[in-house]
Amino acid sequence: MAEKEKATIVVFSGDLDKVYAAFIIATTAASMHKDVSMYFTFWGLNVLRKKKFLFGAPRFKQKIFSLMNRGGAENLPLSKFHFLGIGTLFMKLLMKQYKVYRISEMIKIAKDMNVKMIACTTTIGVMGLSKEDFIPEVDELAGASTYLSRAFDGKVNLFI
Amino acid sequence: MKADRQLDCYGLLCPMPIVKTAMELKNMKIGEVLEVFSTDMGIKSDMSSWCKSTGNELLGIEEAEGEYKVYVRKKVAYD
Repeated sequence: MAEKEKATIVVFSGDLDKVYAAFIIATTAASMHKDVSMYFTFWGLNVLRKKKFLFGAPRFKQKIFSLMNRGGAENLPLSKFHFLGIGTLFMKLLMKQYKVYRISEMIKIAKDMNVKMIACTTTIGVMGLSKEDFIPEVDELAGASTYLSRAFDGKVNLFI
Repeated sequence: MKADRQLDCYGLLCPMPIVKTAMELKNMKIGEVLEVFSTDMGIKSDMSSWCKSTGNELLGIEEAEGEYKVYVRKKVAYD
């Protein structure tokens, strides 16, 4: 069989709405038999992180930072109208009424469809994270050239 | 229209009807027909685009009061 066409998505944002867009496009591309990879960097890393504080991080600043920046796919705020969580809660309740899958479920579906999920090592270093802080669905920890080598061949390359 | 399998996507929004169709077809034989029941108003355009992109055949769409029955014949095998 001919090699599959590639699609790549950089998930820079850790906002619920934007992460939805990323997963909807990723799973749909996978359903069209494309080779899809998602690169999670900066705030996007929160999607793949386990929900916990980083008291084990090597530096004090990282521990403090983790108090404000908790991980977890179910902890993501809306990019607008978060309103200390009330706006996001409303949106989640609406989504539930309309049977929209949660992000944690979208991760599993994407995984089942062979979407590759890659976490950016630079952000991991700065934030004091380690491999153990991530959910098992993460395929690889890698850097920009891993992304670019696939993006050069990609027909669809998105930055979300 | 006669179908070999049915898939209920009632109330599901994009992309789930398409994603579930792809997953269901994976477990079917080439030549078999899948009937997808959907209430997503995007399904008409989405399923014809999806079939065009993947090489499967869209046999027809029956529409009645916001409910769609979509018939897809599996034409290609994939891993």
